[in-house]
Amino acid sequence: MKQKRFSWQRLVHARLFMPLVCLAVVLLANVIRTPDFFKISLNNGVLYGYLIDIINRSSELVILAVGMTLATAASGGQDISVGAVMAVSAAICCQILSGGEVSVTSLAAPIILAALAGVVAAALCGAFNGFLVAKLHIQPMVATLILYTAGRGIAQLVTRGQITYVRVDAYKVLGGYIGNCPIPTPVFVALIVVIIMAIILKKTALGLYLESVGNNGKASRLVGLNSALICFMAYVLCSILAGIAGLVASSRIYSADANNIGLNLEMDAILAVALGGNNLGGGSFNLTGSIIGAYTIQALTTTLYAMKVSADQLPVYKAIVIVIIVMLQSPIFRSLIAGMKHKRTVTVNEK
Amino acid sequence: MSQPVILTMKQISKAFPGVQALNQVDFCLRQGEIHALMGENGAGKSTLIKVLTGVYQMDQGAVWLEDRPVQIRSPQEALSLGISTVYQEVNLCPNLTVAENLYLGREPVKHGRIDWKESIRRAGALLNKLSIAVSPSAMLDECSLALQQMIAIARAVDMNCKILILDEPTSSLDDEEVAQLFALMRQLKQAGVGMIFVTHFLEQVYEISDRITVLRNGERVGEYDTSALPRLQLVAKMMGKDFNDLAVIQAAPKGQVDSTSPPVIEARGLGHSGTIKPFDLTIHKGEVVGLTGLLGSGRSETVRTIYGADRPDQGSLKVNGRPVKISQPLDAMKLGMAYLPEDRKKEGIIPELSVRENIILALQAKRGLFHLMSRKEMEEAADRYIELLQIKTPSRETPVKSLSGGNQQKVIIGRWLLTNPDYLILDEPTRGIDIGTKTEIQKLVLELAGQGKAITFISSEIEEMLRTCSRMAVLRDGAMVGELAGDQLTQAQIMQTIAGGKTVQEDK
Ligand SMILES: Nc1ncnc2c1ncn2[C@@H]1O[C@H](COP(=O)(O)OP(=O)(O)OP(=O)(O)O)[C@@H](O)[C@H]1O
Ligand SMILES: [Mg+2]
Repeated sequence: MKQKRFSWQRLVHARLFMPLVCLAVVLLANVIRTPDFFKISLNNGVLYGYLIDIINRSSELVILAVGMTLATAASGGQDISVGAVMAVSAAICCQILSGGEVSVTSLAAPIILAALAGVVAAALCGAFNGFLVAKLHIQPMVATLILYTAGRGIAQLVTRGQITYVRVDAYKVLGGYIGNCPIPTPVFVALIVVIIMAIILKKTALGLYLESVGNNGKASRLVGLNSALICFMAYVLCSILAGIAGLVASSRIYSADANNIGLNLEMDAILAVALGGNNLGGGSFNLTGSIIGAYTIQALTTTLYAMKVSADQLPVYKAIVIVIIVMLQSPIFRSLIAGMKHKRTVTVNEK
Repeated sequence: MSQPVILTMKQISKAFPGVQALNQVDFCLRQGEIHALMGENGAGKSTLIKVLTGVYQMDQGAVWLEDRPVQIRSPQEALSLGISTVYQEVNLCPNLTVAENLYLGREPVKHGRIDWKESIRRAGALLNKLSIAVSPSAMLDECSLALQQMIAIARAVDMNCKILILDEPTSSLDDEEVAQLFALMRQLKQAGVGMIFVTHFLEQVYEISDRITVLRNGERVGEYDTSALPRLQLVAKMMGKDFNDLAVIQAAPKGQVDSTSPPVIEARGLGHSGTIKPFDLTIHKGEVVGLTGLLGSGRSETVRTIYGADRPDQGSLKVNGRPVKISQPLDAMKLGMAYLPEDRKKEGIIPELSVRENIILALQAKRGLFHLMSRKEMEEAADRYIELLQIKTPSRETPVKSLSGGNQQKVIIGRWLLTNPDYLILDEPTRGIDIGTKTEIQKLVLELAGQGKAITFISSEIEEMLRTCSRMAVLRDGAMVGELAGDQLTQAQIMQTIAGGKTVQEDK
């Protein structure tokens, strides 16, 4: 008897239990409302369906969430500049591609080069953030607030206050489709980022270092870890990933819209990390959880749009749902449904 | 002893995942009594205390205050029932002032606002009464660990408690401060306060306690009058077997000092302005050199400078005869150094990481980012040191924060032994470690020296140093003031040099 209870407890306390439950709940709500939610069809050689849409639209968020998870783990704070950094990277890339024109139909430079420049610009933003956080020990939120507000201004400067359009098919690939592939490219980009990150975490000691530094920086230094450098690198990495996400977002609309690319996405990324069961105070992290969190949030957004909630009201509804989900995740609630302690009679269904 | 009983705990049980921390433990405390709670690391002492103070909820059992059954669900509730606690790890807010810490959560109020002046005044009076030399408006993190401990005690005492719990309050205090604390405890005893006192120092138990309750593996072994329980019997009861610490030590081989090859460590005029004045120190293979001096005399600062935890700003250092420059701990580690820091909680453990990760961390850092140890290698290493140091943990994947204090310390010792250092710096390695393990560690130190390692040993217990060290450097006020070796290594001689009564001829 004890054995059985124990396994239920184990399940509830498993790190991915709650993130998965949250995702399931959101998806379930959709199925009840729209029975053909899971239906996927092939139109004009391209996959269609709610699910495909959610997975496609989540791509940037997934990429951001990966970076945000690392920055959070190492510093115990969040990088709120990622949305603005997306805009910077997009602006640089598009500006190079257009050669300074407002709208072009032919490329002024190779795409690879321009994309690289965009990512490098993002990395520089990350270096700035990392310097403030790791070297000057400024609170991450405050440190990244600088680029959060200035980033879009920089992007505007780069594009000279205009929306730069790159109306070239080759540039639409990243946010569209590769040749006749029925699956949208952003899905692959997110997948590749996740796979590369997973390999890095599996093959190097980065994960251990990040957790150690985020958990106890002083002790980490004494065991030979360069706490400041590791924290710095986490912020650079976070911004590089934001830069890549920015390129995807820009390719979707084949332009650099400094005001709208990645708008409010930093908040979604932080939420994804929180939903993933990560401790926002740093230390141990759970990348899979964050990724599930990202999909959950996008599913929620898509659902709310489908329910005809306007973009302006969206945050309110999102906030309500998030509050509920975060409460579900709290240790107290978990203990409650795990039926621990005195409440032996609590059963599974009572929840 | 027929004072009325003020606290009865009956059949207390408490389990954590994988461990039965307490198993049907009885405990009772009388008015005006000092009751020592003894047991090995992980025996369940702190857990019993945390059950009593509402930090943990017991699984089974009952608590009576006088003859009233009580349910203690939170530390606040315990406080309101007159139970005050000083925890094993200092539990104050480092970014607040002393006065703020003393009155946190119960600040004096005037016209609906906190009356800061009054709180400073009261704090001053309280500190004065307990003769704790610190200004009420000093920031807590500027105070030494010992002072912080005293402040925690002052806070507990001031709450008009009937029961005062002291969980290893003396582990970071020097003799004089211990004497001060004991004076204070006797004063409270006169006032009828019942005290539960946890410590691993047997002398202190015999000096101050009236009765002893012994725990072993979460079970109560028995309750004894202190005067009726000889020291050796007490140790036997704690360990569950007979034990003679001196025999163990004498069985260990003394290190052979190898002074033919160049010294492992040769510091000349090394210093770090603001913490330690330039000093010379030479340590050979197989040598255990002690650093002694009062708290704050610069013992830790000396080794931190050698290790590069504080970057030296003057002087030179040779390792194995070669001049080196160390700008960060990793450099020192690559030269074969290892440093066990004094403050386990702040600078030692990585609390959320598992025992395994904590053990392999230093070796992994030494190997570098791209040479991740295989899972199997990590597990073998962890298992080896869990076994060797007898670390009590439900599994190697348990977060190190849920181990008992002494076992956390062992994890860090294991972490450094795993890196197989040539030069090992041990700053208070036996703090909070039970008597059996303490002797094991002393033995281990001698064994390591026997294998040709150079060791620097720092301890507040002079007897411990006398047993292990072949030479001792004495520090006073941030400067090295002398070295003692051979016949000079006696308690009296050391005390004298520490106090600075007589100049000692330097033998270099
Ligand atoms: N929060 C916790 N979670 C899981 N296990 C715990 C927790 N706290 C204590 N334990 C376990 O309970 C047992 C008793 O620990 P406790 O801290 O009471 O020992 P102790 O007698 O105070 O030892 P020490 O002398 O080392 O301080 C240990 O095996 C420890 O690992
Ligand atoms: Mg303890």
